[in-house]
Amino acid sequence: MTSLLLFGASEGGLFDFDATLPLMAAQVVLLTYILNALFFKPVGRVVEEREDYVLTSQTEAKQKLAEVEKLETDLRNQLKEARKSAQKVITEAEEDSDRLYKEALALANSEANASKENARREIDSQRESALNELKSDADKLGDLIVQRLLAAK
Amino acid sequence: MGTSPFGLPFAALEVGQHLYWQLGKIRIHGQVFMTSWILIGALLTLVVVGTKKMERDPKGVQNLLEFLWDYIRDLARTQIGEKVYRDWMPFIGTLFLFIFVSNWGGALIPWKLIELPSGELGAPTADINTTVALALLVSLSYFYAGLSNKGLRYFEYYVHPTPIMLPFKIVEDFTKPLSLSFRLFGNILADELVVAVLVFLVPLVLPVPVMFLGLFTSAIQALIFATLAAYYIGEAVEEHH
Repeated sequence: MTSLLLFGASEGGLFDFDATLPLMAAQVVLLTYILNALFFKPVGRVVEEREDYVLTSQTEAKQKLAEVEKLETDLRNQLKEARKSAQKVITEAEEDSDRLYKEALALANSEANASKENARREIDSQRESALNELKSDADKLGDLIVQRLLAAK
Repeated sequence: MGTSPFGLPFAALEVGQHLYWQLGKIRIHGQVFMTSWILIGALLTLVVVGTKKMERDPKGVQNLLEFLWDYIRDLARTQIGEKVYRDWMPFIGTLFLFIFVSNWGGALIPWKLIELPSGELGAPTADINTTVALALLVSLSYFYAGLSNKGLRYFEYYVHPTPIMLPFKIVEDFTKPLSLSFRLFGNILADELVVAVLVFLVPLVLPVPVMFLGLFTSAIQALIFATLAAYYIGEAVEEHH
């Protein structure tokens, strides 16, 4: 049975072409159709669906990220503006209170001055009237003394 | 089993012997079909099991099938081009899977345990009929691809870039199937022979590294055959400017 390289044998041999060739070709073509139906189409569908899914998810995520970034800048701007307006309100309030304090101080000062003036004026007038009275009284008394002295004489 | 020159019962070499099946007037190599049916059956079982319940998060065999699919798609896409690779992917993939399964099945399954009246079971690709059949299918495919994509303008390819190329291109149409079939046939048969001769001479240890080398060669040959088939189709559908 040990036989190497039966090239020229009438039956058998390495290069023995027969109906195996076309039948094998037909079998491979048939296998191509079967594998296309059982393997390439279904697996391709699943893989491509997944690729689409990943792609759309990625785009969606990118969109969402852009949205988030936009919202973040918006909020940051809003925060900045809010801070600015709060600062403004504080300054205004400080200025207001400062002004009010100054006004109140001025009013109080002027009132105090006015009442001081009034008091002084009153004191002056009273002193004058008292002086006048005193003067008239002294005059009267002097007159009386003179009369009395004249009468006694 | 046979007897070695030393009278020991070692496996004998049977080269060029076939188990003939008579179908009416025609005769075919029975051992080639037996192994190819078993291997195609295994391949289809794997495919059916793997695609039975496919999900978006792949599990188990589906992973393997998707890896293969992706591998074959990349192969077809890089060789054939973005435009028509989809039409040819099943053919290229079938060539790759069939040759790969045949080569590895021939090397890994202990066929020699099954006694046949004549010849012996082995890789279907170690039979010249199988490889010539595959190579002729490739030839038909690239002619069909070129003609269906570009019509008669396909024949511009023969005078591209200059008419001087015409005889070479015509010769190429013959050398392409010849080299495809003989490369595969020679590699697989040589691998089987080397392992058989080594087993015949030194039955222990020594054949093992050669067997591993054989597995490597088998995988490479499947890849080369599929890549070249895809390249020829890509060459035929390529647009010249």
